[in-house]
Amino acid sequence: MTSVDTERSITVTVNGVPREATVPVRRLLSDALRHDLGLTGTHVGCEHGVCGACTVLVDGSPVRSCLVFAVQVDGASVTTVEGLAHDDHQGGQVLHPVQEAFRECHALQCGFCTPGFLVTIAAGLEARDRTAEITEEEVDEIVGGNLCRCTGYANIKKAVRHAAATMKDAG
Amino acid sequence: MTTKLFGEPVRRREDARLITGKGRYLDDIGAQALAAAFVRSPHAHARITDIDVEGALDVEGLVAIYTYEDLTGPMAEPLPVLIPHPQLHAPRTGYPLANGEVNHVGEPVVMVVATDRYIAEDAAERIVVSYEELPVVVGVDAARDAAAAVHEEIPDNVAARHHQETGDVEAALAGSPRTLSFTQYIERSACMPLEGKGVHARWDPADASLRVYSSTQASTSVRAAIAAKLELSLEDVEVIAPDVGGGFGVKIVHPWPEELLVPMAAIRLGHEVKWAEDRREHFIGSAHERQQRQEITVGFDDEGRITALDVHAWHDNGAYTPYGIIVPIVTATQLVGPYAIPVYRVVVESVYTNTVIVTPYRGAGRPQGCFAMERTMDRIADVLGLDRAEVRRRNLIQADQFPYDHHLTFQDGRPVIYDSGDYPGLLAKLEALVDWPGIEERRAEAASRGKLLGAGMALYVEGTGPGPYEGGHVQVLGSGKVLVSTGLTSQGQGHETSFAQIVASELGVPIEDVEVTTGDTRRFPYAVGTFASRAAVMSGNAIALAARGVREKALRIAAEVLEADPDDLEIADSVVGVKGTPGATIPLRTVAVLSNPLRYAFDEAAKQATQFARAGSDDKPPVAEGDAPGLEHRDYYSPIRSTFASGAHAAVVEIDPTTWEIDVVSYAVVHDCGNVVNPMIVEGQVHGGVAQGVAGALYERMAYDADGQLQNASFMDFLMPYASEVPDVVIDHQQTPSPLNPLGIKGAGEAGVIPGTAAIASAIEDATGRRIASMPISPTELYDVMRSPNAELTAAAGRRTGVGA
Repeated sequence: MTSVDTERSITVTVNGVPREATVPVRRLLSDALRHDLGLTGTHVGCEHGVCGACTVLVDGSPVRSCLVFAVQVDGASVTTVEGLAHDDHQGGQVLHPVQEAFRECHALQCGFCTPGFLVTIAAGLEARDRTAEITEEEVDEIVGGNLCRCTGYANIKKAVRHAAATMKDAG
Repeated sequence: MTTKLFGEPVRRREDARLITGKGRYLDDIGAQALAAAFVRSPHAHARITDIDVEGALDVEGLVAIYTYEDLTGPMAEPLPVLIPHPQLHAPRTGYPLANGEVNHVGEPVVMVVATDRYIAEDAAERIVVSYEELPVVVGVDAARDAAAAVHEEIPDNVAARHHQETGDVEAALAGSPRTLSFTQYIERSACMPLEGKGVHARWDPADASLRVYSSTQASTSVRAAIAAKLELSLEDVEVIAPDVGGGFGVKIVHPWPEELLVPMAAIRLGHEVKWAEDRREHFIGSAHERQQRQEITVGFDDEGRITALDVHAWHDNGAYTPYGIIVPIVTATQLVGPYAIPVYRVVVESVYTNTVIVTPYRGAGRPQGCFAMERTMDRIADVLGLDRAEVRRRNLIQADQFPYDHHLTFQDGRPVIYDSGDYPGLLAKLEALVDWPGIEERRAEAASRGKLLGAGMALYVEGTGPGPYEGGHVQVLGSGKVLVSTGLTSQGQGHETSFAQIVASELGVPIEDVEVTTGDTRRFPYAVGTFASRAAVMSGNAIALAARGVREKALRIAAEVLEADPDDLEIADSVVGVKGTPGATIPLRTVAVLSNPLRYAFDEAAKQATQFARAGSDDKPPVAEGDAPGLEHRDYYSPIRSTFASGAHAAVVEIDPTTWEIDVVSYAVVHDCGNVVNPMIVEGQVHGGVAQGVAGALYERMAYDADGQLQNASFMDFLMPYASEVPDVVIDHQQTPSPLNPLGIKGAGEAGVIPGTAAIASAIEDATGRRIASMPISPTELYDVMRSPNAELTAAAGRRTGVGA
């Protein structure tokens, strides 16, 4: 079960940086990100794909990293919550509009489910026509697959609208 | 107070790290730690006849296996009964690892430590435990029937018989113009924080000290428990609650077996050890709450005024009673809510079942009490043909009746004396907010679309902020930074922000200069914990008192330098100045430097405090008698009793008579938690609470089968609401400050969850005309009620043609 011949070396571009790791073939992507690559921003809430806390983007699309083996993303590009903001080239970071919106709208309490929501919403907002006013149906669709136990979702939905408006204004 | 941040919706300071993936939760700690996994009982009730670990021994990477046989000293004794009570006559607790018998599925039997979690689970899977199965008790009725016993030596399964009464209830009922009696049930749910429990322990053999991180709501008490159980000196143990991914009560229980076993292994192995609970473990190995059977008899007059109330409830406490009878006491005492009940008797029998332990889940017995009281109000209204709001109004304690003594004893051992409130005010606001008089019109409109619409309301009073105490420490550094610490922990309540607001307001400093630490025994070793909506009340006030102590000292020192009277000084933007005299100022950071007379200068600022630079009389010592160096103060807040928050909720449901799907189309909340530190955070707490209230009414239930197997121990099967299930909530506020504490605040954490079940049951009953006496209720169960020839029709249904037909 754990012998060397069941390990594989993989190369994955994580948050824009090529990373190499040697992982057992049964290693979940969530565990590989957290424990092999030290990216603990991705959280594990259920390990059966329901809560969405572990959501990351694989080649731009949201994926539950607890339902994927690390070896399956060999050669792919992965974005985690740590990769949502970008460098301002002055030693700081520019937050993604959805990160800003979560803070502004009090869309998080304990913060454990937050990374999964953030990457899911970021992908959802980036995939839509940002010049159009966001509809309630779109908001419901974007947030509908992740569990949060703290907020009752009202402020998460508010943050989606807020971020969509910011992205619309930014053009 | 020149920097008025108290009461403002200040954006949260903890968010910067949490939205960028830089939070530090339990499983983010200890990359090099060994991993623990547990073999748990697959049976609800059984004797262990053999544990065979042979098959696990050749798993590469296995480090250690522990069974009960490996436990020594206090670890081999039962876990503590945390809250003893004279009426808890037959307390029972488990062992860290099962000692020959298991009493629920999920009870830990063997701990395995290996180089990583996958390998630990491989090894655990190969350990063969043999069991001799025993008869199983599941559900409050089976426990009551006592055909089988959970604990052999307690044949009636009764752990406690909690009893309180305020007069001769039988005489009062006999003298009542009317009485009615009914029985109802409320089911189990659970806290279900998105992050499960977890423990990381590191032993330093060189100085014989232990550092433990635990995803807990009570780090100081976990520390004391670890020291006692592992026979360590308290000062050699430090416990830190890192970022905690939700608690809602389950993490106030301690010490969990894992909180003792993981440190034990770390010490024995001389290596970091970590355990992070997985979701299935959380379902079967943590705690649930809420199941009760309630038998209620109420006496009342023709106007609907209650004359006497007699409640006999059976409370399922699961396999053990580590948290005593707190939940039954809370149900018993909070049941009376905002109403004047002339004579009240309550008996809650706390009974054992072969299921996961029952300990507080947000609300902690209050939702059950509210369900009992509010459904009683609904029944009185139904019998008399009165409006449900009107019956409530006639029974409310009036605004001029405070302090109002219920002559009951609360969960903190103190009297239930309501400190302040305005319950008629709440009800009036609620009726306006939900447009209660407009419900009939909405019902007709819904009927025209083929839908059944109904409304319900529920009021509650919540004892918050129980003692015994919390403390706070505030220190101004020479840099101007203000360090604040308190011992209680945070699980998402935004304490780093609200406590900083309090300090910034009290001290007159920018919030950016304030840094708050919670739940770290290295910083503040005395604390009780975060539960019972107490953090803002207890630590908020303690921190305010500490800040006032710092302010007083700062003004005293500044007065000497400025040659002014301390009473003439003020602090604004971290500068102490003479009121009305521009220019006569000294920065607070300089005061901090001067507060600590120095011999050695280590930077420019420190030079001002050295012995040849500092002004002062030759006749006085540099540190005055009774004074201490440093601009800091530690203080405690210990209330004489709890403060009582209150609220009123209304739910409007629309039911599809084809599918019997129940849709909550309106949800209104009026909320009174006294003075509010941060309204944004309080509203967030209300939103989250309401979501859990709706969940408990319509979706969540722990589905045990007769063998004690939890049939829905996953997020696939346990229906925790997504956004699609949670209604939009409208909120109105009322503020009746508490006279009991310096800040006038009451707790807000649990409020939102309390009336959900009662209000929604009432709304469904109103919509369907069928009596709803068991919650939660699913569309299938509602369909069964509607089809049943035995379903009781409400009197209102008879009066209203066409409804429920």
